[in-house]
Amino acid sequence: MSFKHKHLLGIAPLSTEEIMLILETADSFKEVSGREIKKVPALRGKTVVNLFFEPSTRTRTSFELAAKRLSADVINFSPSNSSVVKGETLLDTARNIEAMQADIIVLRHPAAGAAETLARGVKSSVINAGDGWHEHPTQALLDLYTLREKKRDFKGLRVAIVGDVAHSRVARSNIHALTKVGAEVRVIGPRTMMPCGIERLGVRPYDNLDEGLRGVDVIMMLRLQLERQGRALFPTIREYSRLYGLTAERLKLAEPGALVMHPGPINRGVEIAPDVADSFASVILDQVTNGIAVRMGILYLLSGANE
Amino acid sequence: MPEIRMTTRAANEKLIMDASEVTRALTRIAHEILERNKGTHDLALVGIRTGGVHLAHRLVKRIQDIERVKVPIGELDITLYRDDLALRKEQPILKTTKVPFNIADMKVVLVDEFTGRTIRAAMDGLMDLGRPAEIQLAVLVDRGHRQLPIKATYIGKNIPTAGEEIVRVFLEEDGEEDRVVIRQGGTP
Repeated sequence: MSFKHKHLLGIAPLSTEEIMLILETADSFKEVSGREIKKVPALRGKTVVNLFFEPSTRTRTSFELAAKRLSADVINFSPSNSSVVKGETLLDTARNIEAMQADIIVLRHPAAGAAETLARGVKSSVINAGDGWHEHPTQALLDLYTLREKKRDFKGLRVAIVGDVAHSRVARSNIHALTKVGAEVRVIGPRTMMPCGIERLGVRPYDNLDEGLRGVDVIMMLRLQLERQGRALFPTIREYSRLYGLTAERLKLAEPGALVMHPGPINRGVEIAPDVADSFASVILDQVTNGIAVRMGILYLLSGANE
Repeated sequence: MPEIRMTTRAANEKLIMDASEVTRALTRIAHEILERNKGTHDLALVGIRTGGVHLAHRLVKRIQDIERVKVPIGELDITLYRDDLALRKEQPILKTTKVPFNIADMKVVLVDEFTGRTIRAAMDGLMDLGRPAEIQLAVLVDRGHRQLPIKATYIGKNIPTAGEEIVRVFLEEDGEEDRVVIRQGGTP
């Protein structure tokens, strides 16, 4: 079994075996991240460009650290300080970056399909670090990695994804990933935030949080994008929090030993109560740590020589 | 003494060491390691995946039989340190490095099937884990024709080979009968 993809654009095109290969590769890098000298020479001489058209601290930093621990050179591009404000198109920006001999471009963009467009237009490998409401594959992979580390087996694992499912690329990538590895997925959220026909992805929708949480092994909270307030998706943040916020009381509805996950950044007291975020059930910081190992694994697998 | 299974061999294959020769070579290397290091003080063995790990486990077992001391053992995956990573289209599968002790100031014996470019990678990998007092090298086979100026400290058997000859080590741990063979050209 070897990894034959040139790009990582989403979870949907990956086979279960490929997902497992990425997780196993990440194991080796978790060991590297635990060393005193957290660096290996595997990507020496390669250049990784972080091209971020949306604000991000966690994902960008995580990719940057991952690339540096593999000895690659890293450049960060963000629109506020680049020629994008001067009207350059995505593809032109990328071609210019490519002309500087970039081997891997990590793209975050507000438009769904941006990574795919870029992959068709450039010779470099492209990693999707979030494209609109479409996918955020590395987040789903690090979530799977964390689950595997804590729960060992995915088969029959009951996972609830809670929040604004319709506008969440994290939710979409996780639904693909979790169903591929054999977990049972529920999605919970107000109907205004639930895409119709979501059942076709093999998940069960709930609009009542208490009902949906009953008996689950894992609760994945999504960040409430506060900027969406006032778009008639939910009346007030307070009401959303009362109906869909995860509290210690509600956590008891899940299986004993259930895990709480969140892709970050968390809105304390909105979708997740502070005592839950800081509880033993929370693996939010493990997700961040594992994110580096998983991204190292992906960079390594995509860094084979080009023809 | 277990019965030696006859295995079918390709016409272009020649047996260099059989199971009992492999066993004796390892016993001798275990003694040589103890002799050179005057016992097991600060001694550790690190096997290079995959064959070297099997051999390291056997050496640790023999040292334990002789000295009644179990020396620390580590497993090193050198893939990330290979010098041909940038040349390969598909990246090789990684295995995990497990060196569960601090190698600083230890006398570390690297163990592998033969001398070769992997030893350079292994030394780099080892140095990233700490600064050993000394690195020694134990190999089952020295093939001659070195590509790098690296010489083993302990050698099971010297098998001077020509460039087109391929030496292969088969071990019980991989479900094979212990043996070393030499093949003329063709696929390894």
